[in-house]
Amino acid sequence: MAASEPTALERFINGILPENPVFRQLLGMCPVLAVTNGMKPAMTMAAATASVLICANIIISLIRGFLKPHLRILVFTLTIATFVTITDRFLAAYVYTMSKQLGPYVPLIIVNCLIISRCEICASKQRVSVAIADAVGMSIGYALPLACIATVRELLGSGTWFGCPVLAESWWPRWGIMVLPPGGFLVLGILLATSEWYTHRRAARAGM
Amino acid sequence: METIINLIQIALLAALINNFVLHYFVGICPFLGVSRRVDMAVGMGCAVTFVISLAAFLSWTFTYYLLRPEAPLPAWIWKLVGGSADAKIDLSVLSYIMYIFVIASSVQFVEMYLRKFFPSLYKSFGVFLPLITTNCAILFACLEIMKQLQNPNELWGLHEALTLAVAGGIGFTIAITLMAGLREELDLCDVPKPFQGPGIALVIAGIMAMAFMGFTGMDQGVKNALSSLLH
Repeated sequence: MAASEPTALERFINGILPENPVFRQLLGMCPVLAVTNGMKPAMTMAAATASVLICANIIISLIRGFLKPHLRILVFTLTIATFVTITDRFLAAYVYTMSKQLGPYVPLIIVNCLIISRCEICASKQRVSVAIADAVGMSIGYALPLACIATVRELLGSGTWFGCPVLAESWWPRWGIMVLPPGGFLVLGILLATSEWYTHRRAARAGM
Repeated sequence: METIINLIQIALLAALINNFVLHYFVGICPFLGVSRRVDMAVGMGCAVTFVISLAAFLSWTFTYYLLRPEAPLPAWIWKLVGGSADAKIDLSVLSYIMYIFVIASSVQFVEMYLRKFFPSLYKSFGVFLPLITTNCAILFACLEIMKQLQNPNELWGLHEALTLAVAGGIGFTIAITLMAGLREELDLCDVPKPFQGPGIALVIAGIMAMAFMGFTGMDQGVKNALSSLLH
């Protein structure tokens, strides 16, 4: 254990770039690939994940004194499942078409490794304020790559952004592959390589 | 005979056409994490297939008798405690929590069984065995079964649920084994530095997903061929 636990601000910033859940830790990949064929579903997914992450982090941080080591994963999972059920019902009540479109991926937030890892690493050890800061930072860090991939796939695949037409059909032929499953893999692979290349270049410059 | 054709169609859909990994993107974490060597990938695939079948059996039972709208057990209990007969009971809100419980206990059971009877296999899996709990593929199979049980007109029986689960597990095994074979070959290749690791793996997965798209429509073809064979 380090001499001092990270403060709230450090946790917040940490989530956005230095420990970005998608680029750095490769956590929660299923929704990153599955719901990014359009900006709208991607952002709904990011918001749903954020709400579950924040609520779960608060609850786990509040009860961290009572957690027994061998039962903690079970407690995490049940807390997360409860909040996912709430979020799922909320989405079905207020944005029904979007909830239908997202389908099984909303309940699949339960097994999103990102949330369990944040509960384990941060919320079960630190104060509520730090846990909230961490959850908000991580949520932003999760929404960013989702937005990047969704922008590329929606622009190239259907020529729109958030459903608004951007590229005219006449001079931009639609890349159908981008909104189909293979497009998700390809865009994420290229994006990961770009982020890796950028990190290496910056490290090399700093070393000079 | 119709039933068997229907089952074959479900199996083809789950294993090849809508492959869990390459079409629905579930189970990406082990797909990228445990696909460095073929033997480990096959072992992981078998473990997942087994857990998926167990979890599908349990979750079908619970959903059919307890959780779906118009399930028999809660209505019976409701009558027993003297509730009015026309009350509608729908416990499907509880399904996510129930499924996670079922999956976690199945994994625990498999872990205990392996430790007792196959200690060497248990050791080689290491940390990946408990991680099956958070494998989205298993929860996804449970959710697909639940979707079919929500619709009272064409309820799925246990045989259909189990076919979906086993075929889904086999599809996962196929995908992860192919991936591991490709990555073993990749060790000898000169991959550009930024692409090394997950980058190239995802690009390969994209190309594999394109190849699997070629199976589209195969289920209808097989169904038509089998039907014409029978009549």
